[in-house]
Amino acid sequence: MSVEQSAAPTVTTGGPTVLARMRGTEIRNLGLVAVLAVLVVIGAITSENFLTGDNLENILVSSSVIGVVTVGATFVIIGGGIDLSVGAIVALASVWATTLATQSYGPGMMVLCAILVGAGAGLVNGLLISYGRMVPFIVTLAMLVSARGLAARLADNRTQIVTQQPIKDLATTDVLGIPLLVLLLAAVAAVGWVLLNRTTFGRRVFAIGGNAEAARLAGIDVRRNTALLYVLSGTCCGIAAIMLLARTTTGSSTHGNLYELDAIAAVIIGGTLLSGGRGTLIGSVLGVLVFTTITNIFILNNLATETQNIAKGLIIVAAVLLQRRANRES
Amino acid sequence: MDDDVLLRMRGIVKEFPGVRALDGVDLDVTAGRVHCLLGQNGAGKSTLIKVLAGAHAPDTGTLSWQGEEVRFSSPSSAIHRGIATIYQELDLVPGLSVADNLYLGHENASAGFVRRAAQGEAAQEVLKKLGHPEIPVSREVGRLSAAQQQIVSLARALARDARLIVMDEPSAVLAHDEVANLFRVIRDLVAEGVAVVYISHRLEEIRQIGDEVTVLKDGRTLASGLPAAGTPTQQLVSLMTGRPVEYLFPSRPRRTGSAKALLDVENLSLEGKFESVSLSVAPGEIVGIAGLVGAGRSEVLETIYGARRRTSGAVTMGGRALPAGSVRAAVRAGMGLAPEERKSQALLLGEPIVRNVSLASLPRMTKVVPGWLDRRREKATAQEATGELEVRPGDVTRTVRTLSGGNQQKVVLARWLLGDTRLLLLDEPTRGVDVGARSEIYAVIRRLADQGMGVLLVSSEVPEVLGLADRVLVMREGRVVHTAPAGELDEHRVLDLVMEGIVG
Repeated sequence: MSVEQSAAPTVTTGGPTVLARMRGTEIRNLGLVAVLAVLVVIGAITSENFLTGDNLENILVSSSVIGVVTVGATFVIIGGGIDLSVGAIVALASVWATTLATQSYGPGMMVLCAILVGAGAGLVNGLLISYGRMVPFIVTLAMLVSARGLAARLADNRTQIVTQQPIKDLATTDVLGIPLLVLLLAAVAAVGWVLLNRTTFGRRVFAIGGNAEAARLAGIDVRRNTALLYVLSGTCCGIAAIMLLARTTTGSSTHGNLYELDAIAAVIIGGTLLSGGRGTLIGSVLGVLVFTTITNIFILNNLATETQNIAKGLIIVAAVLLQRRANRES
Repeated sequence: MDDDVLLRMRGIVKEFPGVRALDGVDLDVTAGRVHCLLGQNGAGKSTLIKVLAGAHAPDTGTLSWQGEEVRFSSPSSAIHRGIATIYQELDLVPGLSVADNLYLGHENASAGFVRRAAQGEAAQEVLKKLGHPEIPVSREVGRLSAAQQQIVSLARALARDARLIVMDEPSAVLAHDEVANLFRVIRDLVAEGVAVVYISHRLEEIRQIGDEVTVLKDGRTLASGLPAAGTPTQQLVSLMTGRPVEYLFPSRPRRTGSAKALLDVENLSLEGKFESVSLSVAPGEIVGIAGLVGAGRSEVLETIYGARRRTSGAVTMGGRALPAGSVRAAVRAGMGLAPEERKSQALLLGEPIVRNVSLASLPRMTKVVPGWLDRRREKATAQEATGELEVRPGDVTRTVRTLSGGNQQKVVLARWLLGDTRLLLLDEPTRGVDVGARSEIYAVIRRLADQGMGVLLVSSEVPEVLGLADRVLVMREGRVVHTAPAGELDEHRVLDLVMEGIVG
């Protein structure tokens, strides 16, 4: 008898056939959408400025930089790794792309430089982890410290001003009424989604994160694919660095501070297992949106950053608790 | 009589979402006797012992301990009553010493400081009682052999003054002589009035050690109190499976002449594991390797496959020499491995069948541009391969975790049917596979061989090697001591060879 009761649908929207066809991850993403909806309601009630076009745009733009970083972090975490160095790589790329020498070659070179620096730092991470057989946590921790150090030296501890107008324009351009930065995030997320869900590489990432030994014994080159994960994460950091240059019009060794924590938190809230092998990009992007929306609500209500941080911490814990329940049921 | 009943379970029901794992189980365990639990995978054995151990609370039903009705709210409350459970995956802490493990949770301590000397002595005493004084109490448990760890688990049960010890397939990780030793220990314990619940797939063991047998099927008690020694095998098997089958080995086809070898291994060595192993496998031939655990059988297989880097020797596959330590080269040359530890070495348990099957042939599953997955083709080929092997359920989107051991093994085999695999390396292909499904696996292996696949088989069950293989290699302490057609060997002869190394 208790079976019939517990088997009754817990969500009544959408009808039973749709629900039955959905996988656990999709149901979880639906949960995140619901959380977002609740936040929007809270925002609308507590502040009359929340539901304005400008503010919603603001939320999306604030999500764009960390969003791109989170896309890369999602790959790494699904692949069973962790990348603590994302914030530092963003800083290094932002500084390297804004040195007088780089800027003198024009905006194209700045973009190329940021992406190459990001990918290069990621490659160092990846090689040390896969071929050097070191623990991801340690390697990327070392990169976190040294990349920021290198950035500070390169910049001589000064903030470098972006002089190239086209770069600054990135932050102010709209395409079809949507800010370019938001479109960039959408583009990176879309490419990431295809890579993760429609290619052999994506399949291997899941396999390596889920069971590296099984992947190896099935003839998959675990080391090369693991190294690629960190290159991918680093490349995302390079792209994020350019977006940050556009928003702040500066390159600085203090950019991207604590991005690693925000990115990892968003990935976890998005339902990706920290132990690897399972997760979705859509969840991660929703996770970022949840975070930025909360920040936005706090700012609109003039609440202190300290309170904000406490709330964020609570939300991470709550999200993981909820997911554990969802996992048990699925 | 009734006073001796230590534990009485009546009408135990336990449900999980979608499954009724236990559906009214009765069990009586008597002090001083070994009570064997028999049943196929999924019959409810594991759930039952978890209820016993306090890890699961039953939905309905009663449990009485020494005549008094009890409810175990947690594993520690069961331990407190004197019930110790030794799980298949031993729950020892590898980084702690033997003595620390024995007294974990009930340390001999004052003011938070462990009395190390006293505890060490007590641990030594317990191990001596078990007949294993040679295990050093200060050694880290992670550095002991599997058999020694098993003994430490038992010792821990004793250190807690357990009145009832539950053992879940203790022999799975043990070699023959170690099993004999375990049995001796069990007999000593029983003589002192301890009750033992013993779970095993192996009927021979149950006959040797058991007093009575309870058979579970589909979460119900089918029969209980059967005499372990006196009940005919036929009857036990038919109770478990619902049909009267023994292991059926498929008949061997008559081999025609000597085909050109598919795999040629010459003087293969892996330092510290095995030395100078030479063998060959022809297309359509099943070659078996017999030997005790630790004789180097699995290592030979893994080294041929490139999963371990050989120290010397040569591996030639289809006329091509393979580099050392490259699984990818071996796979490209047409080898496929079904490893010993299916769950940890072969499967993505949380993923659907289709993704597990396609794992080794992803590059073939692409369209338009390299790397772009053709998911329709992936699903269709996986469906075809699993259909050919009769994987149940037939729905390839089912998560592998939900399949039985036999079907999980078939998923691993199906993986290698997609590509150009010409040689299958099978390590313990029926471990964890229940009696009913074994014959099916055997038939599948023979059918693949009949289609021209070469098979190299490793198994610790001698009848399996003898029944399935065309040719048998016997290994002992890292060397091949004998090679013969399977028809020229019998179980006793092989056991003599693996234990004594007597040839001729």
